[in-house]
Amino acid sequence: MNIKKNTELERMTFWEKIYLPEIARGLSLTFKQMFEPTFTRQYPEERWIPTGSYRGRPVLVLEEDGERCVACGLCSRVCPALAIEVQAGETDKVKERYPAKFEINMLRCIYCGFCEEVCPEEAIIMSKDYELVFTSQEEAILGKDKLLIPIAQLQDRLEFLRQYR
Amino acid sequence: MDAIPAGALILGVKLFLVVNVLLIIAAYLVYFERKISAWMQSRVGPNRVGPLGLLQSFADVFKLYTKEDIVPALVDKKYHMIAPVISIGISMATYAVIPFGEYYVGGVNLMAVAPGISIGLLYLLAMSSIGVYGITLAGWSSNNKYSLLGGLRSAAQMISYELSMGLALIGALMISGSLDLLEIVKSQSGGKWNLFFQPLGFIIFLVAAFAETNRAPFDLPEAEPELVGGYHTEYSGMKFGLFYLAEYINMLTASCMVTVIYLGGWDIPFLYENLAKAGISQGNPLLALIQFGVFFGKLIPLLFFFIWVRWSLPRFRYDQLMDLGWKVMLPLALANILLTGIVMTILQYFGIL
Repeated sequence: MNIKKNTELERMTFWEKIYLPEIARGLSLTFKQMFEPTFTRQYPEERWIPTGSYRGRPVLVLEEDGERCVACGLCSRVCPALAIEVQAGETDKVKERYPAKFEINMLRCIYCGFCEEVCPEEAIIMSKDYELVFTSQEEAILGKDKLLIPIAQLQDRLEFLRQYR
Repeated sequence: MDAIPAGALILGVKLFLVVNVLLIIAAYLVYFERKISAWMQSRVGPNRVGPLGLLQSFADVFKLYTKEDIVPALVDKKYHMIAPVISIGISMATYAVIPFGEYYVGGVNLMAVAPGISIGLLYLLAMSSIGVYGITLAGWSSNNKYSLLGGLRSAAQMISYELSMGLALIGALMISGSLDLLEIVKSQSGGKWNLFFQPLGFIIFLVAAFAETNRAPFDLPEAEPELVGGYHTEYSGMKFGLFYLAEYINMLTASCMVTVIYLGGWDIPFLYENLAKAGISQGNPLLALIQFGVFFGKLIPLLFFFIWVRWSLPRFRYDQLMDLGWKVMLPLALANILLTGIVMTILQYFGIL
């Protein structure tokens, strides 16, 4: 019988109950907000350049004398999404093995970076490339022609790996 | 030329102008609604179509026109088609009586589509109530529970707020002493705006106007979190576009009503006396243009206010809406009439009024 009421209506003061001053307060807040700076990036014109820690599309490092990859197949083995396919070939160079075929299915890749972690040669690393658009499934399977990137373009990531791995 | 009487020709030109200007204003209202909401949320808003995105609304309309017009199988086809037409038609018909200025040719005011209607205000109120038919019909003919709920809510809301709206206006009418909108504007000339004599009536009218136009915080008929899209759930393409357009034209109507009834129409104290001294007096087309400019200038802050409130306040709950309408606004409007009457009687007794 002796229930102490403590509803929101009872807790409000008279000025809060007639709403209008509170509405004015809310309106002034949004009005001030109108003149705050925006942080929008106009994407196609202004592009975001990620830092070295960014995990984008995995690529193969291309040095002056050819690719680093020795086609050990560890990346293919560790890949949780089964996105990587490697077939080894043999050459007469000092580095006897090379990948005859190296394909990454970008529809399967989850950008986990395991391939990069497991690679003994630091041959497959994650790049800064985040604009991945494909118009067909076949196009999404990247071969060696698209995967091999000159080492000069990958310095940020290699430095990051050397520092933090 | 004999086939077309001059009066009909003038009327045709006026109609053409009003309808087209309305559509363009509505298009830019949509643009500014999006832009202002973006600024309030620290965004940029439309900026791709045309310079500063100024052509965005036209792109939107073009998209709506080229979209497939889906009519669901179970809708009541006749009423489903008529509903948006009623909405837009009624909202545009309102502009027949609103005077934008004074410019007489042969005793006829050219600055209103249908000048000299002595029941202009009643016509305005009637039109704004008929506007609900469009929404309710849309909700009912869609044969969809959510749409029906939206339509019913709209009807209930309109009836509740129509009352306080009409009663709030009576205070202003008692002071102005006429239903003719031109007379109402003239009675406020020289800074004697009804806003200063009827502040309570003004607030009640403004709140009711928000409810009448189905704008936030009273946009329960289309409350998307609970009713999907309310009455326009089953509409697509340009039929949806017509509802959308009608909403913005209604917003403009409400602003026009506030301007005419409470803000003195095209009146600015001392402006016209000084213009008359400069040689621009009644009968000069320039004066009519200045009057229209002032009228439009008063609309802009009101329209901004409409948009501003929409992006600031949360939506009412349905019981709160009804409580506010019946328990707060209606008694206040009645009190306003009583107060106005008492004050006017006292002033008349002492011969001040």
